[in-house]
This record gives sequence, C-alpha cells and structure tokens, in this order.
Amino acid sequence: MQVEIITPDRKVFTGEATSVTFPGSEGQFQVLNDHAPLVSTLARGPIVVQSAAGQQSFTVDGGVVEVLRNKVLVLAEAVIV
Amino acid sequence: MASLKEVRSRIASINSTQQITKAMKMVAAAKLRRAQDGITQMRPYAQKLSQMLSTVSAGAELAADSPYKQARPIERVLLIVVTADRGLCGAFNTNAIKAAISLINDRYAAQARAGNVEIMALGKKGAEAFVRRGFRVNTKHVNVFGSLNFATVRRAAEEAMDGFASGRYDVVDIVFNEFKNVATQIIRTEQMLPIVAAEAPAGATSAVNYLFEPSEDEIITELIPKTLKIQLFKATLESNASFYGAQMTAMDKATENAGELLKELKLVYNRTRQAAITKEILEIVGGAEALAAE
Repeated sequence: MQVEIITPDRKVFTGEATSVTFPGSEGQFQVLNDHAPLVSTLARGPIVVQSAAGQQSFTVDGGVVEVLRNKVLVLAEAVIV
Repeated sequence: MASLKEVRSRIASINSTQQITKAMKMVAAAKLRRAQDGITQMRPYAQKLSQMLSTVSAGAELAADSPYKQARPIERVLLIVVTADRGLCGAFNTNAIKAAISLINDRYAAQARAGNVEIMALGKKGAEAFVRRGFRVNTKHVNVFGSLNFATVRRAAEEAMDGFASGRYDVVDIVFNEFKNVATQIIRTEQMLPIVAAEAPAGATSAVNYLFEPSEDEIITELIPKTLKIQLFKATLESNASFYGAQMTAMDKATENAGELLKELKLVYNRTRQAAITKEILEIVGGAEALAAE
C-alpha cells in the first residue's frame, strides 16, 4: 500500500509499505494491506513504517490519518525524525 | 556647469549603488524561488486537510459547538498584520499597514475609540509602524520571518485561537499581501475567527463508509484548529513570497534608474570634457597666432 506522511513544511515520507503502526489517540493500532476505510486522530508518538526495504520510524506531535483503498495519508503538524 | 572631477565622482558613486541594487535584486530573486517552494510544499497538506474535513463533515453537522465558531457581539478585536522585517521593497509594507488602518477606521472605529483593538504584528516593519501610531501591539511573534516555518507560525496562531476561545478577542482578522505574481501583490483581509462557514462541498457526500476513531465529532474538533493554523501559515508564506517579489521589482527599477542617471551623467561628463578641450585648443591657437603676428 501507498503511504504518505505530510507536514505543512514538507513531505516527510512517500512510498510503499507492508504495514504501518500508528499512535492512535485511543491506543496504538496497525494498518495492513486492504484495510477498511478509516479516519483516526493520532496522539504524540512514533509511526512505524514497515516496508520490504526495512523499517522506518517517525515521531509525530499528533495528527490525523486517513486510510482509503490502500492509500494511507498522514497529516501531522510536526515530525521529529 | 559642474567640474569634471565632481561629475566623475558622482558617476563612481552611482555605479556602486547600481552594483548594490543589482546584487540585491539577484538575492531577492533567489529567495523568491525558495519562498515559492515553501508555498508549493504547504499546498498538498492544505488540500488534503480540507478534503479530509469535507469527507468527515459530509455525514455529521460541522461541529456547531466548536469554541472557534461562536459569533459574539464584537467588542475586542485582534488584527494580525503580516508585513516584512525589512524595507527596500517599494510600497509592500506601507500597503499592508494602510489596509489595516483603513480596516480599523471602517469596520472597527468604535472598538478602536474604546481602545479595544489589538495588533499582532508579524514582521518588524508593521510592529514599528503600529507602535508609533500608539496602538496596543503584541510583538511576541514579530520575528517569524527570521526562520519562517510552521512551528513558529503555529505559536502565533495558537495564541490568537486561545485568545478567541477564552473571550479575550471577539474577532480575529488577518491582513496580508497575497502573492499573485512577481510584480503584483494583492492586499487581502481574511477573517480567521470566528470561523466563516465554509461553502458546502459540492456533491462531496462520500459514498465510502469510514471507520471513525474516536468519533466524527472529535476528529472534526481536531481538524478545525489545524485548518486555522494553516490559514495563518498560508498568509505568512504568501506575504513572504510577495515581499521578495516586491523587493525584486523595486531593485530592478532602482537598477534601471541608476542606469539612466549614469547615461545622463556620462553625457554631462563628455560635454564638459569636450568644452575644456575646445577651450584649451582655442587658447593654444590664440597664443600661436599672437606669436606669429609678432
């Protein structure tokens, strides 16, 4: 699935991933391929993107995530890499 | 007529001025490109954000109880005036300041008389101008253009939003220069708070059944402050790009004017030189004739 992490200053990450773990405001959750459409708010914490190439982590200061048709879109106000 | 030496030194001084304005123009052009990049970088975030807000609010009523939506009788006004830190940019700063003042005189005259208009200045020039005019000026965020990024603008936006939510201000307006193209800036006045009802998204009734986590309402309450911050961030980015555009045009004009002045001065210089030579020749010829006559 396609993952995009965007802040107002720049695009932090775009690429393919096999799974993404989010710091949801109601608790951590993981999104895999063919996940149902979802909109969720995020708490402060790490987003872990797992792809064929390896694992990458981005710490966000809250935000929103939308999952739709294998497209994962994260809007965060600040990312501390 | 000015002496040769005077003209020569004027030419030299205008030459160096022209070099400076030319260099400033190049610098402004380079910075303008970066400022425009900033706008393009911000655009996807803003677009996706409003998209998301419309998908989420397609089902639910846009959180009517949001603290940022309450329209109250206007008693206390906060005006966010976005200018630049520096001059040498034509009428850029003056235009924004003038627009803010005419806004105060037209719409908030009563509040201004009661001393209830506060200015939040983003950019040193605006702060100086409003302090001089005796307004109450919040200069905490005056330096946002030192390193313009979302984190610094966000703090200013949050202060305005908190002020509105806690009832310290009843309305918050932004005055800024919008970037149309390098030569054109458009002065814009936008209401930031209370939120102006967004136009109904045309046919945006999403067929998708989203899972909302934790709930639609809470997501909307999360999204609304984000759009407000983006609104202010966009205004500062636009103003920043406009500033470099204005500076570029101003410096281009200055370089051109210096060139014209140089042309005129060179004409004067050559004419004076010619006159001096002619005079010398006349003297020599006169002297020679006097000798021959003897």
